[in-house]
Order: sequence, then C-alpha cells, then structure tokens
Amino acid sequence: MTVTFLMSAIAIGTVLLFGCIGETITEKAGHLNLGIPGIMCTGTVGGCLFVSFYMNSLEVIENASWIILILSSVFGAFLFASLTGAIYAVMTITFRCNQNITGLAITIFGNGLTQFLMHSYVDKTNFSTAGKIIAKCLPFADGSDGIVKVLFGHGFYVYLAIIIALITTFIFNRTKVGLNLRAIGENTATADAMGVNITLYKYVAILIGSGIAGFGGVFYIMDYVKGSWENASTIEAFGWLAIALVIFTLWKPNISIIGSYLFGALYIAAFVFGNISFSGREILKMLPYVITIVVLIVTSMMNKKENQPPASLGLSYFREDR
Amino acid sequence: MNKTVILQLKNITKKFGTKVIANNNVSLDVYKGEILSILGENGCGKTTLMNMVAGIYYPDSGKILINGEEVIIRSPRDAFEHKIGMIHQHFKLIDIFSAAQNVALGVEGEKFNLKEVNNRIKEMAKKYGFNINLDKKIYEMSVSEKQTVEILKVLYRGADILILDEPTAVLTPQEIRSLFKVLSAMRDDGKSIIIITHKLNEVMEISDRVTVLRKGDHIATVNTSETSEKELTEMMVGEKIDLNINRTEPKNSKLRLSVSNLTVKNPDGYNVVDNVSFEAFGGEILGIAGIAGSGQKELLEAIAGLNNYENGKLIYYHPKKNKPVSFFHKTYKRVMELANENAFIDEKGNDIDFTKLTKKEIKELVNSEKIIFKEDEVIDLKDKTPREIRELGIRLSFVPEDRLGMGLVGNMDIVDNMMLRSYRKGKSVFLDRKRPQDLADRIIEELKVNTPDSHTAVRKLSGGNVQKVLVGREIAAAPAILMTAYPVRGLDINSSYTIYNLLNEQKQKGVSVIFVGEDLDVLMALSDRILVLSGGKVSGIVDARTTTKDEIGLLMVQSKENGVTE
Amino acid sequence: MKKNKNNLKEPFVRIVKRDNIKIQKIILIYSIAIVGGLLLSGFISMMFSDKNLVDFFQSLFTGAFGSERKFWLLLQDTSLLLGTSMALLPAFKMKFWNLGGNGQILVGCLAAIACMFYLGGKVDDFVIIPLMLIASVTAGAIWAAIPAIFKAKFNTNESLFTLMMNYIAQSLVSLCITIWVKSGSGVLAPIAYGNIPDIGNKYLLPIILFVVITVLMHVYLRSSKHGYEISVVGESINTAKYVGIRVDKVIIRTMILSGAIAGLVGFVLAGSINHTISTASANNMGFTGIMATWLATFNPLMIILTSFFITFISKGMVEVRKTFMFTNDSISNIVVGIVYFAVIICSFFINYKLVFRKKEKEEIKK
Repeated sequence: MTVTFLMSAIAIGTVLLFGCIGETITEKAGHLNLGIPGIMCTGTVGGCLFVSFYMNSLEVIENASWIILILSSVFGAFLFASLTGAIYAVMTITFRCNQNITGLAITIFGNGLTQFLMHSYVDKTNFSTAGKIIAKCLPFADGSDGIVKVLFGHGFYVYLAIIIALITTFIFNRTKVGLNLRAIGENTATADAMGVNITLYKYVAILIGSGIAGFGGVFYIMDYVKGSWENASTIEAFGWLAIALVIFTLWKPNISIIGSYLFGALYIAAFVFGNISFSGREILKMLPYVITIVVLIVTSMMNKKENQPPASLGLSYFREDR
Repeated sequence: MNKTVILQLKNITKKFGTKVIANNNVSLDVYKGEILSILGENGCGKTTLMNMVAGIYYPDSGKILINGEEVIIRSPRDAFEHKIGMIHQHFKLIDIFSAAQNVALGVEGEKFNLKEVNNRIKEMAKKYGFNINLDKKIYEMSVSEKQTVEILKVLYRGADILILDEPTAVLTPQEIRSLFKVLSAMRDDGKSIIIITHKLNEVMEISDRVTVLRKGDHIATVNTSETSEKELTEMMVGEKIDLNINRTEPKNSKLRLSVSNLTVKNPDGYNVVDNVSFEAFGGEILGIAGIAGSGQKELLEAIAGLNNYENGKLIYYHPKKNKPVSFFHKTYKRVMELANENAFIDEKGNDIDFTKLTKKEIKELVNSEKIIFKEDEVIDLKDKTPREIRELGIRLSFVPEDRLGMGLVGNMDIVDNMMLRSYRKGKSVFLDRKRPQDLADRIIEELKVNTPDSHTAVRKLSGGNVQKVLVGREIAAAPAILMTAYPVRGLDINSSYTIYNLLNEQKQKGVSVIFVGEDLDVLMALSDRILVLSGGKVSGIVDARTTTKDEIGLLMVQSKENGVTE
Repeated sequence: MKKNKNNLKEPFVRIVKRDNIKIQKIILIYSIAIVGGLLLSGFISMMFSDKNLVDFFQSLFTGAFGSERKFWLLLQDTSLLLGTSMALLPAFKMKFWNLGGNGQILVGCLAAIACMFYLGGKVDDFVIIPLMLIASVTAGAIWAAIPAIFKAKFNTNESLFTLMMNYIAQSLVSLCITIWVKSGSGVLAPIAYGNIPDIGNKYLLPIILFVVITVLMHVYLRSSKHGYEISVVGESINTAKYVGIRVDKVIIRTMILSGAIAGLVGFVLAGSINHTISTASANNMGFTGIMATWLATFNPLMIILTSFFITFISKGMVEVRKTFMFTNDSISNIVVGIVYFAVIICSFFINYKLVFRKKEKEEIKK
C-alpha cells in the first residue's frame, strides 16, 4: 500500500517535474509561457507517434528494444514539444506579442492538435506492450519491493527528470550560460547592453524548456498509465499545476524535485484511498488544486528579495524603446 | 597633444517615428587620449547620438569610422568588439548579482572562472585607483559604488573609447572630484573619454574639447581653453538667456508643517527615514539635498500620506484665524465636524449655533463667507491616507519624482489626468468631465504646453510638457504646502526656468514649498534653507544664501549623531 | 579586422517603432491575418481529407448561416460569449488576469441548477427563477471575490489562483452530480422546473440581456467614477495610491462585479438554454472570452465583433468537421488556435514596421 502510494506519487511528481523545469528555464529567460500545458500535450502526441512508428515496423512486438522505444519517445516528444514552443518563441520574441495571450492560444491549439492526432491518426494498438517495456526497462523495476522499489524501481524517465533538474541547477548557478540567462530574465536591457545575444538565448531557452516539458506528457501515457489513452485534459491540468509549482519552488529546479513529488503525493491521494464513497472521492480530487492555492497564498505572504520571479518576466523587449 | 583620430561620426541622422528628429546630420571626431564633452540641453539628442556608437540604436543614415575604417555597429556586442564601452545614465546592472558577476556578464571567449575575473578586476582597480568590494551585491551598493562597477565593466572588456552619460548627476562634489581624477588617469593612459553632460562647470573643469548639440543639430566643437561658460550657454540654448533665479526674501513666514522624529521603514525593515525633524514655513522654499536614495522619496511620501511611518509626528498648521471657511477645500461633513468642535464664529465674533440652522442655511452662510475660523487649524496627520488628508481640507500638493508612474497616468489624456485628484467631488456616480476640461485648457494656455489638443495621451508629450501638466494641476489646487521631487529632471533649460518661476510665484503667494533637488547649484540659488539628508537622517539644515557646495557635499555623506534642527 | 569587413553591411531588416498608423491600415492588417489564418486552416484540413478548399469555406459559412435555426444559434452563442467577455473586461482593464471565467460561470450555473433541483415542483417557477438569479450571481461573485481578496491583501498571483478555482468548480459540479444522480450514470437529465419562459423565441433572451449589459458596461467603464478608478488601478498602482484610491477595495469590488456577470451567464445557461449541468457547461468560454476581449483591445463595442467572429468560426467548424468527415471535434480547436496566432501577430505589425536594407544600387549612387 505505502509502496504503491509512493511509487505513484513519484510518477505523478515526475510529470509535474518535467513541466516545472521546462517552465522554469523559460521564465529565467523572462518569458512566462502559459502554453506549457498545450506543449506538454503536443509532446505526448509526438512521443506516442514515434513509438507507434517503431512498434508497427516490428514483426514480433514483444521483441521491441527498450532502448529504441525510449529513444523514439524522447525524440518524438522533444521534437513536437519544441516545435510548438517554437511558435510561442517566434510570436513572443521576434513579434513581441503579449505573452499571456500567446500562451493561452498555444494551449488551445496544442490541446486541439493532440486530441485530433491521438484520436484518429496515432495507432495505439501496441501501446500497452510498449508501455510495459518502457516502464520495466531498468533492472529494479521487476521483483523488488519496499524501499528498494521506491528508490530504484521506476522507469527511465523518472531518473531522466532528476538528472535534468540537477543539470539545470548546475547550469543556472555555476556556468556563464546560466549567468547570462539569469541576467536576461532579471534585466533584459542590461544583458543586451553587455553584449549577450539575447535573441539567441531566449530562443534556445524556450525551445529546450518546451522540449523538456514535453517529456512529462509522454512519460504519463507511455510509462505511468502503460499506454492507455484518455483525453488530453488530464495532461493539460498537469501543465497548469506545473506552472504553479514554479512559483512554489522559487524558480529553483533542485527544489522542484521535492516540490513535484509532494504535489504528486497530494494528487494521487484521492485515488489511493480507494475505499471511500464516490462523493468523498470527488472532494479528494479537489485537493491538489486547493493545496496549490494554499501554496500560492503562503508563497505570496513570505515576500523575500531572493525569492522573487525574474524581474523582467512577461515583458517584451525592444532595444530602441525609450 | 597626440592628435590621432580614433572615432569619427559622419552625417549621422536618427529619427524616432516621423516627428522626432533626434539627430540631424551630425559629424564629429574624437581623438585618442582626450576627454571630449558633449554638451547640450536635455532632449537635444546627445544620448541618442552616443547610443548609436554603443550599438543601442541604429542610425537611419550616416557612417561611423573607427581608426579611419567604416564600421557597422548593430548591437552592443559589435560596439565592444570595436573597443567602445558606454556607461549609461541609468545604470545597466543586475541588482541581485555581485559586482564580479556583473563584470563577467556577457564576456565571450574565455573560460568562466570568477576567481580569475576577480584577480583581473583587482589589478585594474589598482591601476586606476578604484576601491571596491567585488562580492557585494548591487542592491546593497551606493550610487558611486555602482558607477565604479559600471566603469570596471567597460574597462574589463578592454574598451579604448569610454562614453559616460551624465556621470556626475547623482554624485556628491567630493565623489565627482575623485571620479575626475580616475578619468584623467585613464586619459593619460591613452584612452578616449566622452562625457555627456549639461553641466557647464564640469565641462570647463575636465574636458579638453567640447561639442555642443542643440535640438539634434551639431552647433560647434571647440577647445575648452578657448571658450567660456557664457559662450557655451548661448550655443546650447541658441539665445541669450538670463540664468539667474530671482530669489526674494521670505516675508511674514508662518509655520505650516512640523515634522518631528519621523521614522519610515522599508519592506526589509531598514530605516529609510530615520528620526527626521524639521519645520516648513509658508512663504519660503525649503530645499532638500542628499545623495539619491537617502530617504527623500520616502520622506515626501510619508508627508503625503502614502507611507505608513513607524513613529513620529506630522502636524499641519492652517493659518485660518479670522478667515472664512469655504467649500473649495472643506466638505459639508467636515464643516459640520469643525462646527461641533466649536471652531467657528460669525462676522461679529459671536459663536454660531449650528443646531438651529438648516443645511441650506449653513451652505448659504459658508458661501457668503460669513462663517469665520476662531483659531488656526492644527491637524495631526498621523495615519491619514491621501484621501482623508484631502477630505480634512488640507491643501497639500505633491509633484512626485516618478511623473508618469505616480503623478500622472501616461495612457490617459490631459483632461482625465486633470481630474485624478478631484474626480470624487460630488455625489453623482458619474464623472464630471467639464471642469477638468476647463482646467486642462487653462493649463495648456498659461504654461504653454506643447500638445496637439487636450485629448492627447500624456505619455506622448515630451518630458517638459509632462511636467508642466503635472505641476499645473498641483498648483491649480491652490496648495498651502507644495512638495516637489526633482521637478526639473530631464527638462530643457526653458522648461526648467518655467518651473523655477512657478515655484517662486507660489512662495510669494505664501505657500510653503519643499523642493527636493539633485543639482546643488540650483538648490543653492532657489531655496531659502537647505535640509541635507544622509542615510535617512538629517545631517544638517543650512542657510542657502551663505552655504557652500563643499559644505553641503560633506553633509551629504556624513551622518551626525543627533539630527540638527537649526 | 577581418571580421570587420564581413560586418560591413547594414542588417538586412530592422524593426522600427511606429508612432501612428491609419485605421484603414489596421483593418487591412487584420483582414490579411484572418484570411491568411483561415486559408492555412483550410490547407491543414485538406491534408487529412480528400475535400478541397472550396468545401472548407462553403462548410464554414453553411455551419454558421446555413439555416434560420443555425443563425439564431450563432447569435445566441455570440451573446453568451459577449456576456462572458463583459464579465472579464473590467478585471482586465484593471490588469487583473482573471483566467477563472470558466469556474465563475460554472458555479453560477450550478447554483441555479441547485435551486431548480431542490425547489422544482415544490415552489412555483415565479419564485424559483428570481431565487436562481440571486443564487447564480452571488455564487459567481463569491468565486471571483476569493482570489481578489488574496490579490488585494497579499498580491497572490491571480492568474494561477483563478485557474485553480476552475478545477475546483469542476470537481464541485462532479460532486453534486454524483449526489443528485442516484443511478451513477454521471449525467443529469434536464430539469423541467425553473425554466425561464421564452420571449418571442427561445434564443432572444440571452441576446437582448447581454447586449444591454454590454452597453451598460461601456457606460460604466467610460463615464462612471468606478470605471475611472478601474483604469487608474490598471494603469498604475502607484498613481492610485498617490491619489488616495483604495486599491484593495477597487480590486475586490471590481472582481465581485466581474464574477456576478459570469454568474449571470451561468444563470442563462441553466435556466434558459441547457436546464442541466456538466463539467463542460461553461464551454470553455472563460478562455475564448479572454481572446475576444484582448483582440478587441478591451473596447466593449469591439468585443461584439470579436465574439461574433470567434463564434462564427467555431460554429462553422462543426460543419467543416462533418463535411471533411473528421471523427472528433478537436479540429475546431486547431483552427481557432491558428486564427488566434494570426490575429495576435497583428499587434506587432500595428506597433512596429520593418525597414529593409537599401538596395546596393542606391548605395552606389550615393
């Protein structure tokens, strides 16, 4: 029971973690991307599409190689998600469109595209097999129990998320690229005046951030629910929670690892405590959202200088503005 | 002197939109190892011109040559490649980064190693005589420390041409002197330094040559040794003007405002205004001097009711004895409150029994000026909001530093801005736009505001016109106290003098004017007394007619144990 | 110096800010964007079907204007979106990013349905309907006031707060349905009580109601003291404080108004149109309303146009879907998304213009 609960919490947390890191990278470049929910959706369909291509090319599906499955899902998710992110990037960086509105449009578009393709154009017949292979690709996934299972028994994506979070933290704090990126988010005009190529940085940050967020969706479908496809609105909801998490984790990817798992636990609580009435379940389903609100309030009440969003967040930059 | 031309500008033109011509066909040479001043009024295009050299703007036409070769500078990065560095008036620093991180920002082509960076900066600092703590965060720094970081940043990139935009605007006289020493050392080291300024005395003191711009045109470039302040002024303004401020002696000054032991904390819990006490009198101009960020803003905002202060007392004296009450400032409700406090008498000096009168009768009596104050009004301003202050009938006008971000709403037209302070008048749920319209027309005419019409968004006006609209509105409220923060910042000479004259006019009308300024020459010429703030404390109150710049400069940096109140 | 030579060219294209633009040009830019966006959508639809571009546009217009009923439905849905936009407008004018329109509509709807469910058959409809109205408006107002209070007091991020309130409202609706529907089907059958009587025909009520609200909102924002305060708070909190406007009060008051109008939309949905509720009852108007409001640059009268246009596309796309034989309705979201992109980009061409490098010849002439 506890093991199942923790496993699920970490899994849901991983979905959120990908989204959260992606959004954090984007926000560090001064762009508030409300399109992340939509981008997580398109990442899902991209990953699924490439997995289905691979599975359909096989004669005996049970022989599918986990490495190729992982690679194709990673590639597909990153490609689709960053392409969607590219629309956002072109519109907000080059065309200096309002970031909020563009983001919402991306979410509407991404959600629609995903539903459309998943429903009619992605062959989902072999997904359950593929899902099982992806989930059990690492040595401890089968047979282990207890603490070993909780720590080492996950699929590849769970560890990928942790690694990405740690690398991102390192880049932010210890490298020149991180320094330049943070400078852009804090004060774009200054970074520009210091010769940082802000357009390049912003594009790269948004594309990579979107790509990473895309992993969240594909992990959810391919690993956590083992290939069963429901509708995209679940993933969209994860996307919004991920954006809220960015505020909660103070724009720090290493803190977001813990934060995501905590949120994951809250989210999953409703489903694990199964022996309560239907209406009780509905109430528990509200819990993650209520908690998010509480977290938002608490963070806004402790108003510290180091814990503020990047100062230039949400503002379009035009060098010749006076 | 070594006369190698290092930087040449040829026929540079830059327009903003279709109407504003910032630079018109400007040509200019800069020599190696010289200090060149670019002199001109605010808005004459001197910063724009240099921004094109620094890669912030791109010229519409014209050429830039470095060492005789034409170059294209499309971005600040290109400028750095050509060894050009600019120190902007509004510092381009990342607040939450340390000094070293700011210097390292954006530097290309070397391994990232803060230790290495630190050593190199220290070497440079030693060479030119800077003193700086490299691990300090920018937001903890004083203005002059920030400027040092800016200069180091440019030097670190190996700049041979340094452009400084109004570098002395926020420094004390002593800091200016040490900055000039550093600049001279750099010149002797073979660097070319361009200083953008509008201050004549500094031009004469530091530069080898001076270029004068006026309304986007290049007027002349002359050797400093062969010119005079007077000649430069005429070139700058284009006409002979009288640069004297007509200061009258204050007469029958009455106490208007007494501030005692006022303390204001900022959100971090730090005392930004620290135990400040002073008195302001009607019919005088009280100047407030201090390094930027010494608590000037917070002090004025506390008086205006915008800040909650920790402790201290603000007492407002309204010299109303034997004068009639009017509905211009007092609401009916307030009149009745005062009546209950037995504050009024009639023309013959007898008490009035308000209980016997109907509302209509009271209104008639007030309008016919037959209700007279028995004594001066004394009002405690503690914990009063701006709205309550106005409802008490206190005539307190405030021209804040941030004109478009606080005093006015940039996206609203002049008429709507006129009613910012007064829109609440009357019981109707709808706005009355007629009176603001009249006021707007009057201000446009009397203060010669240059605008297409009264329905133009304020942000589209030039700095001087924005300020005329704001000051005009605040004066129209017939204030008893008029507080102004940096009212001529960014204004051309003519607009500045319009403002000085308006302030003097108000003073002669018996208004108590509080003037926060940064230019010590102006403060000394305009004020009657000058209060000097240092680190939120009053470090002295001096007589503006007898003090010296050095005395004020010293007070600006030192903090005396107990606030001196004359 | 080698690099120098390579750089000896002006950038190929530079961006310059415009200071004024003619209204004709603005209309032209928008028209190009809309036509371009629709053409692109048409091509994309063609990729997944053997139909052609003519079919696409034909279906688009048939779907919207094809029959009298369709036209009335188009007007009715336009008016609902218009109502939602009017709910969002004062909040946006105040720069309060209310993404919670869906939730506010939904709780309004839920409150009305609750009245219908519990009082239906026991009390006369003439009593139920006013009660429904009060309940809806109050529920919407409360739902909007909660985030507003925290925004006013602690500056809590309002966009995420309101967004979360959407999900909570959805769960609340699911919860009520599980309680009300004993069969466990999760679908609430239309309730016969508390139905608002038709005026003329059954589409007319929301149309008239929300057009009236639009006019009132226009007057409120332009000419009332409240409207003026909203503008000042939206433009600059510092200015508002400087003139003594109580910012927290204005935020809460305005959001109560905003939520109340959203609740009213919910009331109409429950009482006049659907007579039932599901988690999707708000029909995502909370988001489409944002688009309508923003595209109309916060001008209430322009919103009539934008909400008509948005409804036209989504109605038309229903027909396109049938003609093109798409098995799910998400294609409409894709098209709407593309058209949004096209229209959002217009703001760039209105505010900036591109200056291309002068031809080499000209350079030589000089």
